[in-house]
Amino acid sequence: MNLAFSEQALALSKELMKRYPEGKQKSALIPILHIAQAEFNGWLSSDAMDYVASVIGIKPIEVYEVASFYSMFNLKPVGKCVLEVCHTGPCAINGAEGLIAYLENKLNIKVGQTTTDGMFTLKAVECLGSCGSAPMLQCGVNYYENLTNEKADDLISKLKTENRLQAYTDIK
Amino acid sequence: MSRKILLEHIDVPGINTFETYRKMGGYRSVEKALKTMSPDDVVEEVKKSGMRGRGGAGFPTGMKWSFLAKPEGKPRYLVCNADESEPGTFKDRYLMEKIPHALIEGMITSSYALGAKTSYIYIRGEYFYVLRILEKAIAEAYANGFLGKNILGSGYDLDLYVHPGAGAYICGEETALLESLEGKRGNPRVKPPFPAIAGLYACPTVVNNVETIAAVAPIVNMGGDEYAKIGIGRSTGTKLISASGHINNPGIYEIELGLPVEEFIYSDKYCGGIKNGKRLKAVVAGGSSVPILPANLILKTANNEARLMSYESLSDGGFVSGTMLGSGGFIVYDEDSCIVRNTWNFSRFYHHESCGQCSPCREGTGWMEKVLHRIEYGHGKLSDIDLLVEVSKKIEGNTICPLGDAAAWPVASAIRHFREEFEWHINEAKLSQTRNFGLLAAHEAPVK
Repeated sequence: MNLAFSEQALALSKELMKRYPEGKQKSALIPILHIAQAEFNGWLSSDAMDYVASVIGIKPIEVYEVASFYSMFNLKPVGKCVLEVCHTGPCAINGAEGLIAYLENKLNIKVGQTTTDGMFTLKAVECLGSCGSAPMLQCGVNYYENLTNEKADDLISKLKTENRLQAYTDIK
Repeated sequence: MSRKILLEHIDVPGINTFETYRKMGGYRSVEKALKTMSPDDVVEEVKKSGMRGRGGAGFPTGMKWSFLAKPEGKPRYLVCNADESEPGTFKDRYLMEKIPHALIEGMITSSYALGAKTSYIYIRGEYFYVLRILEKAIAEAYANGFLGKNILGSGYDLDLYVHPGAGAYICGEETALLESLEGKRGNPRVKPPFPAIAGLYACPTVVNNVETIAAVAPIVNMGGDEYAKIGIGRSTGTKLISASGHINNPGIYEIELGLPVEEFIYSDKYCGGIKNGKRLKAVVAGGSSVPILPANLILKTANNEARLMSYESLSDGGFVSGTMLGSGGFIVYDEDSCIVRNTWNFSRFYHHESCGQCSPCREGTGWMEKVLHRIEYGHGKLSDIDLLVEVSKKIEGNTICPLGDAAAWPVASAIRHFREEFEWHINEAKLSQTRNFGLLAAHEAPVK
């Protein structure tokens, strides 16, 4: 296992653990897994999870069982930009299905797949709390709302130009 | 009826900063509580206000607070539930993003009332950008002496932290939220004990929704009795309503409870009527979990009285002809909407979000999704309709937490009110694959 956090990420993790009472440092697990995902290319390998366990001082299994429960943690490699289109109720009746179809066609992948250049992963996710601005998608820390095909085109070009990992946390 | 309390200063430029928020009268409730009131006085005012929890269940907040155990030598916690995930609900995000200090102020005043020295805001992971906004606001509150040691010289200490989740609807259930905050899977706990006795780290804990906590500040400022005069009957105060679906003006509206539903849907001050001049077909009034009602029953009760936006009026008629105010997630469906497809969509959501602890929910939500899928795609049988009702009944009331009920109600109510539409999908199977109750649009759902 050769993985390690950057100095900054490690310092932040130690800081986060202090937010919880003595002996309850496991509480910082989810925040630190977010950091790990941002540090390690957008997903959590078993090495990454073992490393997080060592940072907090808990057993690896305690990390696996949590990482596998929450939908924001990727346990398999993903593209630099994960496009998460909300397809629940209010979004579904206001264009989400059309947006997903458009993105599938444009990126030449299906929901759940990653483009061959490793740039984009397309996901259909459940309610993101943006029901009044449908259709919408999340990519990293950002919400992109009231989308049209044209706006989706612009977003894809922008993300291609930025060409970086879009993480939920913006510590990088 | 358009009284604004929480959103009174929403349009003031810079209201997201401490300086402007303070200038507009912010943090007065902290000063009033810490300097002139005992913690129990604050609890008393909240009780008098009659405010009911704004997260969905509608339990009186003052009463919830009074259940908090106070054993010697054990810390007590206040945890804010900012895990807003109920489909159709986006009010807490709006409030936290636009006026973060409204929540921070409410957290300080409420923590004081409950005797909490450390409080947490548990926010859904997807709202990471809102978490950053809150952290900035918290830093400002610390810098101005409203958080930390000896707040305003009162001797009261409070630390406040924001904690992200990572994508799980179930963590909106308060005991699942506490499990998650402890760094575990979001599996709801068996109750009792309730969090008021054994919550976070097995210590007495109160979990309240964002809007509930934010409303504590105006309640303390104006006094519980004054607040109780706002609204109608036992539905006191104002409520943030998230309006979405086929309406002209989707967004967040603060309404005085008691506003007629018809006015809310058709007035230009609110939803502004149905988009593209179409007719109203149905409404889900309080987030995806509450029963869907057809147009006639959402506008008027079964007794032909105007339906109001209040806890009592929306639930008038029980589940036979009524629904619930819930979280205030108000989803409007126009005449072209496909109820079967919408019900399948919601079932998929609950199946995805079931934590898997209780078999009726874990298996039942999966079955409902499958059966609804086959009806929607033209492979259903007429017996499927009763099968769905039966499965929903086997889930309801048979699970540790209310997610089971939340999954069952939308299915049962859709069949109760729109049975002929389900039958059409089955009888006209070929057509339903292409024409969806004669409505092409709902299936193609073109991007605007």
